[in-house]
Amino acid sequence: MDQITMAGLEVDGAEPVAEPFSGVIVAHISACEPHPNADKLQVCTVDTGEESVQIVCGAPNARAGINVALARVGAVLPGDFKIKKAKLRDVESQGMLCSEKELGLSDNHDGILELVASAPVGQDVRTLLNLDDLSIEIDLTPNRADCLSIAGLAREVAVLNDLVVTAPAIEPVAATHQDTFPVNLEDPVGCPRYVGRVLNNVNVAAESPLWMVERLRRSGIRSIDPVVDVTNYVMLELGQPLHGFDLDQLKGGITVRRAQPQENIELLDGQTLTLGEDVLLITDAAGPLAMAGVMGGEQSGVSQETRRVFLESAFFAPIEIAGRARSFGLHTDASHRFERGVDPALQELAVERATRLLVDICGAEPGPTQVHEVGAHVPVPATIALRAGNVKSALGLEIADDEIQRILTGLGFILDESEPGEWQVKAPSWRFDMAIEADLVEEIARIYGYNRLPVTQPRAALGPRGKPEQRVTTAAIADRLAALGYQEAITYSFVEPALQQAMFPKEAGIELANPISADMAVMRVSLWPGLAKALTHNLKRQQDRVRLFETGLRFRKTPKGTEQIAMVSGIATGSRLPEAWFENGEALDFFDVKGDVEQVLSLVKGVEYDFLPGRHSALHPGQSARIERNGKLVGYIGALHPSLARQLDIKQPTFLFELRLDRIVKTQLPAFKTLSRYPGSTRDLAVVVDEETPVADLMNSVREMAGDDLESLTLFDIYRGKGIDSQRKSVALGLTWQNPSRTLTDEEVNSLMDSIINTLQTRFDAALRN
Amino acid sequence: METLAQLHERALEAVRHAKETQELDDLRVRFLGKKGEITAQLKGLGALSAEERPAAGARINEVKSAVADAIAARKADLEEAALSQRLAEEKVDVTQPGRRQGKGGLHPVTQTLRRMESFFTAIGYDVAVGPEIEDDYHNFEALNIPSHHPARAMHDTFYFDATTLLRTHTSPVQVRTMEAGEPPFRVICPGRVYRCDSDLTHTPMFHQMEGLMIDTDVSFADLKGTVEEFLRVFFEKELAVRFRPSYFPFTEPSAEVDIECVMCQGDGCRVCSHTGWLEVMGCGMVHPNVLAASNIDSTIYKGFAFGMGVERLAMLRYGVNDLRLFFENDLKFLRQFN
Repeated sequence: MDQITMAGLEVDGAEPVAEPFSGVIVAHISACEPHPNADKLQVCTVDTGEESVQIVCGAPNARAGINVALARVGAVLPGDFKIKKAKLRDVESQGMLCSEKELGLSDNHDGILELVASAPVGQDVRTLLNLDDLSIEIDLTPNRADCLSIAGLAREVAVLNDLVVTAPAIEPVAATHQDTFPVNLEDPVGCPRYVGRVLNNVNVAAESPLWMVERLRRSGIRSIDPVVDVTNYVMLELGQPLHGFDLDQLKGGITVRRAQPQENIELLDGQTLTLGEDVLLITDAAGPLAMAGVMGGEQSGVSQETRRVFLESAFFAPIEIAGRARSFGLHTDASHRFERGVDPALQELAVERATRLLVDICGAEPGPTQVHEVGAHVPVPATIALRAGNVKSALGLEIADDEIQRILTGLGFILDESEPGEWQVKAPSWRFDMAIEADLVEEIARIYGYNRLPVTQPRAALGPRGKPEQRVTTAAIADRLAALGYQEAITYSFVEPALQQAMFPKEAGIELANPISADMAVMRVSLWPGLAKALTHNLKRQQDRVRLFETGLRFRKTPKGTEQIAMVSGIATGSRLPEAWFENGEALDFFDVKGDVEQVLSLVKGVEYDFLPGRHSALHPGQSARIERNGKLVGYIGALHPSLARQLDIKQPTFLFELRLDRIVKTQLPAFKTLSRYPGSTRDLAVVVDEETPVADLMNSVREMAGDDLESLTLFDIYRGKGIDSQRKSVALGLTWQNPSRTLTDEEVNSLMDSIINTLQTRFDAALRN
Repeated sequence: METLAQLHERALEAVRHAKETQELDDLRVRFLGKKGEITAQLKGLGALSAEERPAAGARINEVKSAVADAIAARKADLEEAALSQRLAEEKVDVTQPGRRQGKGGLHPVTQTLRRMESFFTAIGYDVAVGPEIEDDYHNFEALNIPSHHPARAMHDTFYFDATTLLRTHTSPVQVRTMEAGEPPFRVICPGRVYRCDSDLTHTPMFHQMEGLMIDTDVSFADLKGTVEEFLRVFFEKELAVRFRPSYFPFTEPSAEVDIECVMCQGDGCRVCSHTGWLEVMGCGMVHPNVLAASNIDSTIYKGFAFGMGVERLAMLRYGVNDLRLFFENDLKFLRQFN
């Protein structure tokens, strides 16, 4: 199993083919008498090979002359069911005759299991049916359609072990009559090959042989009737899906064509589909019979009344089948194989194999095999030039020429060596995945063994590589936010439409055509909806203090198309500091979060950001700011709007920010300035202004009037209350001047202060405070 | 009348009893100042004979300097005591927690991605990113996955319309990198990817990191070396690594990579489904069709590509047992990685 896994045919698992049981042997019923005290029971005399035992049995098919499975006294059946001597209505029974269900082979409990006449009496049933075996499930990649059959797997195992495969002996079955049924390939692109055969006098009531039923069972296919069983069996064995039509239901002849728009078909599984022109159909004079390569129709299938069968063994072009089943929510054994590629040289062989089986099982009388082919559209296996030198450079290892030849020949390739180490390689008809030399290299590597190939480190030029210094990395921003106490979140890029709509009523998010659920149906226009959800998730789990940030794309429809911009966003709620001895439970406010954003923005050197009173549908109108850089919007910050907070069931003040990363990544190199050796001059200034006057405007005016020597300007106090008009506030500023080449005189500084005061009085109606 | 010796004794007694440095300063003035008591003794020298005068003067000066020394010593003692008292008063409980902002941190996926990136950037790979809403061409066609290709069934794709989708892998970034530049390429593409799948072991969004190396002389052996070494430095362990043939339309040959289970050291456990192996990534040699789609001459250049799930590696590295935790953003989970 490891071997085929390592050859690229991944073993998904292996399970015993039957549940454990013991003490069940082949036995022969020599006589059957009615039970004296019960209508439905019989008393059977059963030969075990060593002795004759008396068994009471209720199965309708118990009769003299057949071989059966006998659980002797002492046997243990699946479910730890021990067989003991028993009396049934006063008649002794020394064991039990078993049904398939009682042996854990299937759900069939209609009667006891009938074993073939040749089964040696006395042999253990597990030995007879080879039940001490494993069923191996292989997960095939879509390129390996050639291994969707036992024959294909055998081919792989043989070449891996340098062995020769013994294929089942399949000889053409001679026709016993000349009945045929016309076939017209109207769409030879979709169906270039169609092999048909008429089978008369098919006894559908015949039973499929146990070995076939058992092999189907092990492959997960239930036995239906001998015609369906044979078609399934040949498909598993050779890889060719077959279909049997009830010939008496067919009108005129078969035409393989594309569906007409809006054409309907009723399928075997009872559903009716409305088709489009991309679907290939098998039709007769009356209409659609089957969706080609996917599923047969309801009307034309083999039934209990069927006497004549028309057997279809076709090749459908993978590209004409691919995706069709999926588009109707269908997936069948046939569609799985056809869309990956069925060997276009296999159709006759499969028909002969199926005919032989149907003749043997149902006494079918075959007509001549009829091959319909439009050669121009039958895929031609690729012929690929292969050089040993290229194998070496691709794999980093020289593989001997004869080893290359052995591997490829074993896989069915035909090699023509033009020069030593150079071949023209013709792919086998069953390999749809061969087109270029690299495909052959993979085959060689796969069979040689990936793990036997060498391990080396690539060589490359070792030049120093630059990194722009004038760029703030997302990592630096994330690190700073983490240092400020924010925990990074990763939320889904698709969000709940209602929440996003509530936060961003003017933005139409981009909708997914096939969302995984209604609450993940629209792409986020901001990282806020996801962060708000993450915040409430934590609030509901007794986390009162939550600070989260996220970086990632937001998606918007714009007239120019889809806009995908990277953002950094955050959300914060709870106390200013974590609960501790030094903290007094004060809730954080706008300025805490603004301070955090300023700390992030301070990563960008030499750039001023403006926080301007702004409006945002998700934010408190009195506590929200637009953040701008040279008049360009960088982002927003503010308190979550109380009505949204209510909607989200958030009961404490919550603040949000969001910044466009593309507008904060560009920073400047540090600009050196000579240090001044002269002392600075400091003045304080307190002015009373209207409450509505933004301090930023005030400070900008101060800066404007303070001259080039202003070294620093700080806002050290804002006072409201006693001594100040209720509509006004007192703003206290600290100013420091310093000149690089001399000491500033008091007169100079005083005159600057005078012009500042005059300007503030004029512009802001400011009054000097004593 | 008080003798010099008695005066000396009285002065020393006063110094001994001084409690403050200010008191000592007063004593200095009182005894040693210009008008101080001891200084005043010098005035009495005039009454002595010329023979007696030097000896008496010397005695007075001795007393003067002895008192000065006593004052200095007492002052040092008092300062020492004051410092000790201050130090005692200023003592804090150093076991008390520090005053600070709460602890923040990076998401485990980010931490894992950063580690992965650091290994590759250190050997000359660039980091490239690209759009998450992609077109069909970059996500599929340019990667040798035409429409109706069965491999599309392996990608449960989220669509917006017939040609617009959420990228199912970060391979389109490789395509965009190749379109925009000239070989050689060494690039990694980390980022979010999306698959329409959600259950215990799948989330509809997760992270991948893909790598691409294109050069004139790159072999499958080099791919094996790169991948094996990466896995060993990532897990900081000499792990067993195996390469299994597999299929991706954009690579040929293609391989899945298994590592020895990091939970059970290969003995078999629930995490590795009792196989002893964990599938961790896919890789292969870049398919010539993919190179051709980006106008790279595949007769000159070849290369390898690899791709891995970041959450999967993070889960194995840190022992996380539920993928969905990565996107619930529960602080109790996230803080475990701070």
